[in-house]
Amino acid sequence: MARYIFQRIVYMFITMLLIATFSFFLMKLLPGSPLMMEDKLTEEQAVIIKEKYGLNDPVPVQYVNYLANLAQGDLGISFQQDNRGVTKILIERAGPSIQLGAQALIFGLAFGLLLGIFAALYHNSPIDYGSTFLAVIGKSIPSFVFAGLLQYYIGVKLGWLPVAFWEGFEYTIMPTIALAMFPIAIAARFMRTEMLEVLGSDFITTARAKGVNRLGVLFKHGLRNALIPLVTIIGPMAIALLTGNLVIENIFAIPGIGDTFVQAVMTNDFPIIMGFTLITGFLFIFIILIVDLLYGVIDPRIRLAGGEK
Amino acid sequence: MKQTKWLLLVLTLVLSMFLAACSGGDSENAGEGDGNGETENENTEGENNEGGSEGDGNGEETKSDGPSGEQVLNLTEGADIPTLDPSMATDAVAFQVLGSTMEGLYRLGEKAQVKPGIAKDHEVSEDALTWTFNLREDATWSNGDPVVASDFVYAWKRAVDPETGSEYGPYMMGGVIKNATAINKGEMEVDKLGVEAVDETTLKVTLEKPIPYFESLTAFGTFLPINKKAVEEFGEDFALEAGNIYYNGPFVLSEWNHGEGWTFKKNPDYWDAETVKLEQINFKVVKDVATGVNLYETDKVDATGLSAEFVDEYRNDPNFEINPQNVLFYFKYNQEHHEALANTNARKALTMAIDKKGLVNVILNNGSLVATGDIPQDFVSHPETGEDFREINGDFLTHDKEKAKELWNKAKEELGKEEITLELLAGDSETGKNMNAYFKNQWETNLEGLTIELKQVPFKERLRLDTNMEYDIQFSGWGPDYLDPNTFLNMWVTGGGNNKMGYSSDEYDSLIEKANTEYATQPVKRFETFLEAEKVLMNDAAIGPLYQRASASVWKPYVKGVIRNPMGPDFSFKWAYINKNAE
Repeated sequence: MARYIFQRIVYMFITMLLIATFSFFLMKLLPGSPLMMEDKLTEEQAVIIKEKYGLNDPVPVQYVNYLANLAQGDLGISFQQDNRGVTKILIERAGPSIQLGAQALIFGLAFGLLLGIFAALYHNSPIDYGSTFLAVIGKSIPSFVFAGLLQYYIGVKLGWLPVAFWEGFEYTIMPTIALAMFPIAIAARFMRTEMLEVLGSDFITTARAKGVNRLGVLFKHGLRNALIPLVTIIGPMAIALLTGNLVIENIFAIPGIGDTFVQAVMTNDFPIIMGFTLITGFLFIFIILIVDLLYGVIDPRIRLAGGEK
Repeated sequence: MKQTKWLLLVLTLVLSMFLAACSGGDSENAGEGDGNGETENENTEGENNEGGSEGDGNGEETKSDGPSGEQVLNLTEGADIPTLDPSMATDAVAFQVLGSTMEGLYRLGEKAQVKPGIAKDHEVSEDALTWTFNLREDATWSNGDPVVASDFVYAWKRAVDPETGSEYGPYMMGGVIKNATAINKGEMEVDKLGVEAVDETTLKVTLEKPIPYFESLTAFGTFLPINKKAVEEFGEDFALEAGNIYYNGPFVLSEWNHGEGWTFKKNPDYWDAETVKLEQINFKVVKDVATGVNLYETDKVDATGLSAEFVDEYRNDPNFEINPQNVLFYFKYNQEHHEALANTNARKALTMAIDKKGLVNVILNNGSLVATGDIPQDFVSHPETGEDFREINGDFLTHDKEKAKELWNKAKEELGKEEITLELLAGDSETGKNMNAYFKNQWETNLEGLTIELKQVPFKERLRLDTNMEYDIQFSGWGPDYLDPNTFLNMWVTGGGNNKMGYSSDEYDSLIEKANTEYATQPVKRFETFLEAEKVLMNDAAIGPLYQRASASVWKPYVKGVIRNPMGPDFSFKWAYINKNAE
């Protein structure tokens, strides 16, 4: 196992290097420079300013410089936010996005799983149809439409929850629900299908015959087996939720990371683009590793390190 | 079994909530009456929170038009503050914050009148090259230091120093303050900049050439003083946090939560503190217009900007207002890229074929005005009569389908062509795309034999193509840098850095040259020369004016005295106050 993990970490390192290289050169293909007044400055003035940021060097030189700094853990400074450190900006902004994403993931999965389980238990009953309906809506209505509706009806018309801003737990409720719609839908559908299959298999019948009560069968045998396919999709879903959702953050005026990234791309703020890409990339491969390890925990039949011949 | 029943209940509840929300959406119009009632209830609830202090305010102040109630203003801003450093500021948000928390030599007041700031007054030498500012003695920084002439010297030198990497520094000071350009290029010592602190309260500025608008220029953010101690004390972290810079303006930035918002508190040490009525201004970053409207409706903010889709809803609201800005949009006709565009009749025809009223009323729908020249409305006025530049010079190249057709046919004859294909280079935003489709349609329907190819690209790519002059017609815009016609007209001189469309007219060049040299100290003659120059430009149809941007917004009726600036910070809060009696 340790050997396996070590191997994976080496691969992770190589992947990160590839991500850094590709995104660096792709980013340099973006038209324009980080200068805000590009339309007004003369070329000569622009060159003088770019000198300060090392942007006049040939791209390969910039690339080597970037990697050298990266090796020392230095993500550089933002061009647009007056030389503020990229690490600092990412940490500041990541907080709200991660909190929101985590809440949405936990709430969405828990609620979605329950929904799926009950839909499977009461197969072809109104509960099943209701959950199917909810899942279809959750998947087909874009989250920003749902967010807009929530904000208008719950925030403005009913006044139950604050319309926007980021000042305490009650401010996170509506954005969490809006973000959770997708995980709810996915989890519910997956769970229902898997549960139906698992509940129909022989070992469940055996368990029931041995006198294990209904809930015991459900949670101890059914859930565990039905979870495996779900674990696969949780990884990417977690990344998508944790790295910030531009639209939801904008609608609820949340100082998250999604908007920071989009702004950085729009204004050619290269260090921020790189920093964000690298961190997202890292999260991605890290979560994939965790998911792979989880398979083994959930279902001991799955072996990670090569066979035991 | 009990558990499952409980869960069933929750499920049903959630489901019904969902259905309620959906059906609510359908009957939006029908429920309007109810909606208003509910919002009013909301209002009273919201105010109850602040009820105590409000009551006090009413008791003390019996005047109905003065400040009353809690002097706190809640506003939104579309983006976070990118920087607090006056030398590095480039965007509207930074200039707004600096305009509220800092004081330069002068400040713009109502109707862009120049009001004294740190400078009490100034003298201009005979040759108009030396300006001597007399500074007040009672101005202080928020750390207690007096604001002295050397703070300006330090800030201005810092702005042109190539080490600083300022964008506005070389742009605003180059060619204005003596040696600024040479210093920025590194050809001269920073100390050679034409600015000098004669003593603590006397600032002497030497200009490169006479600059008639220099007074209003000193109200601009890049010309603000900087406390040298702060730069040295905070080093790399200077101006990166609310507490890492010293203020000398009507307000101080007391709190700044990056990405979320910030707070201004009244500066008790401001030299004119008794004029400042507001105790606090809270800004929140809100990017979504609908969110801003919802916050406004629930009384969380006192004003919000409106986009086109909300303008119709609020048009008849008594608190609705439209503020024309001085940003001008026009077509650039690249005379070097397509032979048809080197033809004056063709350029005229292209400009006149577009119905600009339809453009501003239907597509933009935010109060934007039709542009009829190179100088926007209400931007500059005659130094003696006070008449608006636009009014004096009248309207050029207005929409006239028949005339356009006639000119177009003439142009085709002159060119000896029946079919002409032109490329329109323009932005790729949603509104931008609508506009481009509109232009294409108007041109192709009105001008026979014309085919338009749209090239819709992101802003930065458009700039690149502009610099390389790789376009036929370009949809472009320009915001002024100072209150003078020169900021718009100077662009089109032969070989000008922003010309980039191959326009060249000896007559035009000599008029602009004259206005900036011979008549530099004669305001009336100078103004009239600019009028003349614009006529030349428009008769050549060098550019095709389209519209002047405006912004629509709603403000709560109790917000008074906020000044809308044509330049620099959008608003001035120095004279603003809250009057809850007005409700």
